[in-house]
Amino acid sequence: MSVWTARIIKAVSLAVMLAVSPASGPVAASEIGDAKTGARLFQVCKACHRVGKEARNAVGPHLNGVFGRVAGSVEAFRYSEGLIRAGADGLIWTADSLDAYLENPKSLVSRTRMNFIGMPSAEDRSHVIAYLRDFSDKPSDIPEAEPTSTATDHALDPAILAIVGDPDYGEYLSGECLTCHQAGGLDEGIPAITGWPREDFVVAMHAYKKEIRAHPVMRMMAGRLSDEEIAGLAAYFEGLE
Amino acid sequence: MSLSRRSILKGAATTAALSVAPMIMGASHGKPKVVVVGGGAGGATVARYLAKDSKGALDVTLIEPTRTYFSCFFSNLYLGGFRTLESLGHTYGKLASEYGINVVHDWAVGVDRDKKTVSLAGGASLPYDRLVLSPGIDFVDGSVPGWDLSHQNRMPHAYKGGSQTELLKAQVEAMRPGGVFAMVAPPNPYRCPPGPYERVSMVAHMLKENNPKAKILIFDPKKKFSKQGLFQAGWENSYPGMIDWLDSEFTGALEEVRPHSMELVVGGEVTKADVVNVIPAMKAGRIAELAAITNDKGWAPVVPATLQSREDENIHVLGDSAHQGDMPKSGFSANSQAKVAANAIRGALTGSKVFPAKFANTCWSLIGTNNGVKVGAAYEATAEKIAKTSGFISQNGEDAALRKQTYEESIGWYAGISKDMFG
Ligand SMILES: Cc1cc2nc3c(=O)[nH]c(=O)nc-3n(C[C@H](O)[C@H](O)[C@H](O)COP(=O)(O)OP(=O)(O)OC[C@H]3O[C@@H](n4cnc5c(N)ncnc54)[C@H](O)[C@@H]3O)c2cc1C
Repeated sequence: MSVWTARIIKAVSLAVMLAVSPASGPVAASEIGDAKTGARLFQVCKACHRVGKEARNAVGPHLNGVFGRVAGSVEAFRYSEGLIRAGADGLIWTADSLDAYLENPKSLVSRTRMNFIGMPSAEDRSHVIAYLRDFSDKPSDIPEAEPTSTATDHALDPAILAIVGDPDYGEYLSGECLTCHQAGGLDEGIPAITGWPREDFVVAMHAYKKEIRAHPVMRMMAGRLSDEEIAGLAAYFEGLE
Repeated sequence: MSLSRRSILKGAATTAALSVAPMIMGASHGKPKVVVVGGGAGGATVARYLAKDSKGALDVTLIEPTRTYFSCFFSNLYLGGFRTLESLGHTYGKLASEYGINVVHDWAVGVDRDKKTVSLAGGASLPYDRLVLSPGIDFVDGSVPGWDLSHQNRMPHAYKGGSQTELLKAQVEAMRPGGVFAMVAPPNPYRCPPGPYERVSMVAHMLKENNPKAKILIFDPKKKFSKQGLFQAGWENSYPGMIDWLDSEFTGALEEVRPHSMELVVGGEVTKADVVNVIPAMKAGRIAELAAITNDKGWAPVVPATLQSREDENIHVLGDSAHQGDMPKSGFSANSQAKVAANAIRGALTGSKVFPAKFANTCWSLIGTNNGVKVGAAYEATAEKIAKTSGFISQNGEDAALRKQTYEESIGWYAGISKDMFG
């Protein structure tokens, strides 16, 4: 990144922050985070991810140039099947998708190997994302690139997670799924969904519903399911061996 | 096993089950009887779901003349060399042995709606409480002048699975170098809207490898067709200069085909071809007509939420034969409709809970190696029709990884729907 672009971005970031909230006040999810704080928070990620000059792939892929990158596309890194699928479906790392992923990796990518419970604070996430942006010359060198801010709150209402699904209703609804997904759990071409932990199932289906996940068929199918119906399906598929 | 021996065995089982199964009895004695005509995408699915979900409370009989169902879905991939014919064949053994469905290999030749019986070519007459018809399509006589079923060996339609597809492939393989493959495309509505165009893609794929100077002509009575933009861009990229799509506005109408001289007369001009694939206009399978539940266009109107015939509440019509609204005539649609119908039938005959109807469809097509596209939609039942609520379609310019993934997804779908139909 050129010094000039960096300066402009910093200046703009600061102006936005000042305009929206007092500098000392809490930062909402929709605002641009502070890269310095992000650097500190990134310590947690460092166990697996490197970023910066000469960063290499480690347990996780390096995170240089992550903005605008297709998920699962760092060469020579062995990704999970789930991440490769998500990338082919059209998942691109943007402030928004990174925010969802950092909040709960499984909401965005089923069976990802990113073993991270998630960062619940929207403010913390926006700092980390701002930090990553410093190593992502793609968006920051292009003035019209999307901002580092995270516009959407992806959090799933705990009340939705708490719904106890009716597995009988789920069984009836599962007919829709079983045209493609096999009850026996075959995982070729179309991913297996049997025996999936209930909560992961619910979170994933709501991510399709909110159009955070990319697959068009699943967006369509999930888009018309009510919270109760998703809970019913989750209860049914969790019980399938 | 003969029908009579099966009936006796079933009868014995019925007596034992009677005392435990809480149910609303059918008009006939014993367990409520459901007879399903046609063991394809709609019929096999509805039979399996009825038997599976009623847990023995229903007596389900499936009438299907063939012992092996060769699916039309993926038959184009067989033409293109991406599948074997065997991989498209499915038998009915599991439906009989694992689900207790009485599978009868015979033709249904008549329906007596007053007596509620179906008569079979073999002479038997089967009583029903509910009848499900899913006989697929038949062709409209005279819709392609010069062609009738007696010409299907010279000019195959390959629009019913199995031997016709095999014949068409053999003909394409035997084409002289630089020869012409002509397709007569069908008018709306017809089975599998993208089917003819996927077929052209697959024939082009085969010719590109073995007969690169050959040409493909499509004579189409329609002004536009399913996934047109995707197919035409795909043809441009993968088979440049090989395929001409000629709509009738441009060429004039197809006047006749001449199977003996392998000619087509279009807009006053005679074209000679080496292979002619005639896909005539379609109507509901003949048995729907014999049951007198079809309209003047030859399709069977149904009640959207239950797939019951508008003419007779004891008959449900699924899949290609049904006149239902916005759903395309596809295997996916037939399978989706079957589950809604199974739920409604079970509710009516056993008192089980009936859940709201939901329908969906996705159709994948292969344009060339690892180049898959898809279109799909969700539907709901309104009073008038099955109405589309949302949909999606692949885009031009998608990257190779997505196209490959879409193709692989279609393979997963084929395996999934086959299991869903045949167990
Ligand atoms: C080239 C091609 C490609 C296709 N590709 C796709 C695809 O990719 N995806 C997709 O979803 N769909 C596809 N389809 C469409 C799909 O094959 C049909 O829509 C689907 O099979 C319809 O199901 P059905 O139950 O109505 O009829 P069918 O599956 O045709 O089943 C009808 C059955 O009824 C039997 N039958 C008929 N009359 C009688 C009688 N009187 N007595 C007893 N049995 C009888 C027949 O033997 C047959 O087995 C394709 C079709 C074609 C031609």
